[in-house]
Amino acid sequence: MSKFGFSIQETRSIDFEQFDGRLLKYVLEHEPSFRVCLSCGGCTATCSAGNLIDFNVRKMNMLIRRGETEGLEKEINKCMLCGKCMLVCPRGINIRNVIMLIKKGIPKFRADMELHDNLKYNYHAY
Amino acid sequence: MNTVVIIGAGVAGVEAASQLSEFGHEVILIEKNSYIGGKLAKWDHLFPNLRPASEILNNMEEKIKRSGFKILKNTEISGISGHNGKWSLLTHKGESFEPDAIVIASGFGLFDAKRKEEYGYNIYNNVITSVDLEDKLKKGNRIKMTNGKTPRRVAFIHCVGSRDEKSGNHHCSKVCCITGVKQAIELRNQLPQAEIYCFYMDLRMYGKDFEELYRKAQENYDIQFIRGRLSEASENMDESLLIKAEDTLSGRPLKMNVDLMILLVGIEPGEDTISLCKGFKLESDSSGFIKPRDMHIQRNLSSQEGVFLAGACTCPMTIGDTIDNARAAAIEVHNYLRKKQSA
Repeated sequence: MSKFGFSIQETRSIDFEQFDGRLLKYVLEHEPSFRVCLSCGGCTATCSAGNLIDFNVRKMNMLIRRGETEGLEKEINKCMLCGKCMLVCPRGINIRNVIMLIKKGIPKFRADMELHDNLKYNYHAY
Repeated sequence: MNTVVIIGAGVAGVEAASQLSEFGHEVILIEKNSYIGGKLAKWDHLFPNLRPASEILNNMEEKIKRSGFKILKNTEISGISGHNGKWSLLTHKGESFEPDAIVIASGFGLFDAKRKEEYGYNIYNNVITSVDLEDKLKKGNRIKMTNGKTPRRVAFIHCVGSRDEKSGNHHCSKVCCITGVKQAIELRNQLPQAEIYCFYMDLRMYGKDFEELYRKAQENYDIQFIRGRLSEASENMDESLLIKAEDTLSGRPLKMNVDLMILLVGIEPGEDTISLCKGFKLESDSSGFIKPRDMHIQRNLSSQEGVFLAGACTCPMTIGDTIDNARAAAIEVHNYLRKKQSA
């Protein structure tokens, strides 16, 4: 096939028809307090890692809620598990446990998630 | 004995009427409908504790029985004349009154969702309003799609006709946020398998136990909240709806197919309040609600002598706030009549 020098841009929009809720379900089962997040951003404001590097713990948790798990493994390792976020959380969410569960969950669902990403890629290639 | 005419037998009108009767005044309550209770009569359960609305209606009936004031149902005001505390009212049946004081308790109207055309109410099949949903719940109907299928994904849309200058309403209707949370919980009880989403701009959980119900919705009823205003809806071949919004917390556009969309319609002054406001030559605020003489310390006084205000004709209110406000109006009227008599 000849190369045209341009490619098809993947959509930026969150598509609920491609929702992968397995990781979210796993986290919620083991840490139900994760349900009551208000997205106030208190965790991000106090985050030790986020104050030094590009890391937004609120946004990361939000993306899991939307079934967006791409690049998550790299992102989650930026957390130093200091636990300051838990001190400021107005709803008392055990955020450190949420992070630990995501870390545990990623290898569990890796095969599926990669398949999911490939499917997404293929879908947009056609 | 002084005569007080109260216009509107909703929550505010009945409360003001029963208090003024207790104070020893002759009260005539005028209601255009054949029933009392106003909009409350259409509710199934109330926020934030999901008590049956009939409990409040029964309490109103009891007050009417106890106080024994006169109610004229199926009666509309057709003529208003007078000034400086001397007013005469004419009904469409030809009765006329010259009361010593008048209380306007004409309440609110509801935003007509058809005006927000991009959301597809009355165009697409599976778009209903919070009022339609409450009606279905009251009748005990199963919540279904128009093709009879059970909805698998449902979206509540907040602020329809509120905080929206394009709809002519820049004010916040105050009670729709908590209504949405209440109805989402009720829907969850009917649809245990469905995904339920609420699209909001802000969640204004200002009242007693509102925040607690919101938390319960997240914690125990698995209601998902997405911060972003719906831009438009379009219908798919199978009559489900494709909706678009920005997920403002992720900063990305979002699209979703839903089987049923519920529009949380806002509160407006309503035709009756607007025409009474004109009839008595009262000042109105920029949203069309009747303007009290002072928004903090004279909330039940209008800009005309002898004309008093009770309930949601001045701004959106909850049931509890309306009852408090109507009692306050009764005290204002009572003091006014006492002063007038001794002068």
